[in-house]
Amino acid sequence: MRITVNGVCTDVPEGTTAEGLVEIVGMDPSRVAVEVDGDICPRARRGETVLKEGQTVEIVGFVGGG
Amino acid sequence: MRGSPFPKEVSEALRDAVVGVAGLGGMGSHVATALARTGIGHLVIADFDVVDGSNLFRQCYTPSDVGRPKAEAMRERLLEIEPDLDVVAVDARIGPDNACDVFRGCGIVCEAFDAPDQKAMLVEALLSGDGSVTVVSCSGMAGDGSSNSIVTSRPMRRLYVCGDGTSDASEGFGLTAARVMVCAGHAANMAVRLVLGHDKP
Repeated sequence: MRITVNGVCTDVPEGTTAEGLVEIVGMDPSRVAVEVDGDICPRARRGETVLKEGQTVEIVGFVGGG
Repeated sequence: MRGSPFPKEVSEALRDAVVGVAGLGGMGSHVATALARTGIGHLVIADFDVVDGSNLFRQCYTPSDVGRPKAEAMRERLLEIEPDLDVVAVDARIGPDNACDVFRGCGIVCEAFDAPDQKAMLVEALLSGDGSVTVVSCSGMAGDGSSNSIVTSRPMRRLYVCGDGTSDASEGFGLTAARVMVCAGHAANMAVRLVLGHDKP
């Protein structure tokens, strides 16, 4: 199925979860914030959030320093 | 009170704003200072740490602050700059359980933590709340890269991120006051822009 990830149209397997998508894009799950269709998807819910065709996902990664 | 250099409607909007600063290290101490000087009327500042001698290279403290809680030292400094400022200093660790409570009433919170997992946690916690907060976060201000590689972006509707996105403080060079202040300027300016009704990064 096709979803939009960080602005790019992307093919992922049916049933991919938000947690699975973070793994697919190769980002450290502890260092990202994830939003699905405009709503934040907290880490506790990423594993149960099954993505659907056409959804828009934003994954924002953070590096250290502040 | 010192006179505001801005038109009345601008100084009133700034004075009425409630802005949070989470983390009072290199980023947060300079963000809070810039916001106070600009005329933001209400600040909630939070950090669990105490000022260490090594912080003086980069953070907005002086040798007499060493050993004091950052929240308390920063509160005192901000009141020296603007005696009429309403500033709540929270000397506590901010986590998913208390983030929304600590920053309740803040229309904008500037995230200025050090560790990337803590940044992600705070952004997530604040954006999971009642939908009233916009977060101005930071990512990537280490090293000696160009100032011009530090930008403000808006990856989510209620999330702005300032930084170059890649230079990690734990790799190699570390953080300089100069480059951290470039990033802090971005964050403080975005907060001011939001207060004044501008939502473009």
